[in-house]
Amino acid sequence: MPHSLLKRLQKNRTTALSALFLLLITLLALFAPYVTHFSYEEQNIIERLQTPSFKHWMGTDTLGRDLYSRIIYGARISLSVGILTAFSALVFGTLVGSFAGYFGGWIDTVLMSIVELFYIFPTPLLAILLMLVLGRGFVGIFLALSMTAWVNQARLVRNLTFQTKELPYVEAARAIGLTSTRVIFRHVIPNIQTPMIAFLTLQVPANIMAESFLSFIGLGLQPPLSSWGTLAQEGFRAIQSFPHLIVYPGGVLFFTLLALNFLGDGLNESVKLMGFDHKG
Amino acid sequence: MLTYVIRRLATIPLILLTLASLIFFLLRFVPGGPFDTEQAWPPEIQANIAHRYELDLPVSTQFFHWCTAAIQGDLKESFQYLDTPVSKIIATSLPISMALGASALLLALGFGIPMGCLSAWKQNTWIDRLAVLFAVTGLSLPSYLAASLLILVFSLQLGWFPPALWEGPSSWVLPILTLSVRPLGIVARLTRSSMIEALNSDYIRTATSKGLGPMSIHLKHALKNSLIPIITLMGPISANLITGSFLVEVIFQIPGMGKHFTQAVLNRDYPLVMGVALTYGVILILSNLLADLLCAWADPRICFAPCKGAG
Repeated sequence: MPHSLLKRLQKNRTTALSALFLLLITLLALFAPYVTHFSYEEQNIIERLQTPSFKHWMGTDTLGRDLYSRIIYGARISLSVGILTAFSALVFGTLVGSFAGYFGGWIDTVLMSIVELFYIFPTPLLAILLMLVLGRGFVGIFLALSMTAWVNQARLVRNLTFQTKELPYVEAARAIGLTSTRVIFRHVIPNIQTPMIAFLTLQVPANIMAESFLSFIGLGLQPPLSSWGTLAQEGFRAIQSFPHLIVYPGGVLFFTLLALNFLGDGLNESVKLMGFDHKG
Repeated sequence: MLTYVIRRLATIPLILLTLASLIFFLLRFVPGGPFDTEQAWPPEIQANIAHRYELDLPVSTQFFHWCTAAIQGDLKESFQYLDTPVSKIIATSLPISMALGASALLLALGFGIPMGCLSAWKQNTWIDRLAVLFAVTGLSLPSYLAASLLILVFSLQLGWFPPALWEGPSSWVLPILTLSVRPLGIVARLTRSSMIEALNSDYIRTATSKGLGPMSIHLKHALKNSLIPIITLMGPISANLITGSFLVEVIFQIPGMGKHFTQAVLNRDYPLVMGVALTYGVILILSNLLADLLCAWADPRICFAPCKGAG
């Protein structure tokens, strides 16, 4: 990430606060065993469905598991799904998008038809099919989300490449006889990386939300593992009697998404100020 | 323009065919069959059922039969709902989903665009900050959380609206509100940013120097131009509404098309899965195409070649 971009970000208070909050959540997730007193799977039937107390900061669930621990361990899954999916979308979407945009013609038509195909593939359907074939688990969720997430990235990169490839420096690179792949990877992509990264930051919250949707409808991880979505789903079933079961995981999820969106907005605005228009 | 539309329309059957074949063959990879029961039936009965639904034919023949029937508008019978054609199931459930989605879209546009405009006109005041916070909150609030909050407050506490089902106007309020939260945030945020961009442009300076009133400048000149990015985004927003409505339908127990997405796959109801996925695909392709065309109509500078994948 360019240095000037970081500098601009520091000026914005909301963005800085969001970044701080995300850093905290990430650290808690990384050092989960050291910041929790209970394991996420330890059941204690006697202490089930307790409201928050000194012992259980956020209360306990129907099996007497400590909700705070489950949320912190859930952060590991929710965050890594969001980040990994965004990363795979970045790699794959950039490859497809840059080739389609650079070569144009029939290559563009074919690649973009594939993009359209994945665009209309219903994500819940894809997720449940993969889940049934691969079994419920991290890999299935990751694949299902990745297969739809790269589409937007591919479109963005294609349009950016389309605008960039006619610029004099790209023409110069072509004129001195560089191969197309070299022009794409050394000259086109480095010059569109800032809007790409800014766009990517908004993909992470979108993916975390998509994962929580899948978990909420019961396509998530198998217990005792849990993400924030599975916790919210467990809480939703007891919404009338034990609202704390949905308030805490839902709250943490909401504030994380809010912080990610504010951070992404801040980045996108800075990118715009720096003279990029990546709306395509 | 016309050749562009024709070319776009020509690719639709090809994309749909690929989608159909992908799902058709993927479904057969899923372990378990549509008529598996706890206790296995005698082989003669199994063979009879398989014969009745053509499941004893090779998969490729089945696919060919399905395709030829689908082209003639026949989506075959559902395995789960006996003697009910898939087209009939879609015909009864799709209008409900469409009504839900369209109302949410109207609500999102009706509130999101004025909110974004207001935000841009009063840039960097408390009104703007409040509106931005509201928009980003809408973006960050998963629909099941929005639903939980709405149900807790308006249904369980105040008792104004029923917490579920789709019977009469009072039961429509909460699901429509839930579904519109996210698109409202998207629309408001986008309107704000494109309005700000428009207000800083040269033609607005010209309009101001001509002595036009603020109303005329804001509404006639700036708003008209800042609507273009919103039109471009209509495709993704409708996609969002469709997948979103699926979750909202599950939460509020609405008999729309959404519930068939998971239920049909779990039941291995192959024809229903195919029908639902195809309907979904057609809606998405058409809304995307419509968004691109509207965009070109609103901004004549847009040439078709480079904008083909946009939106």
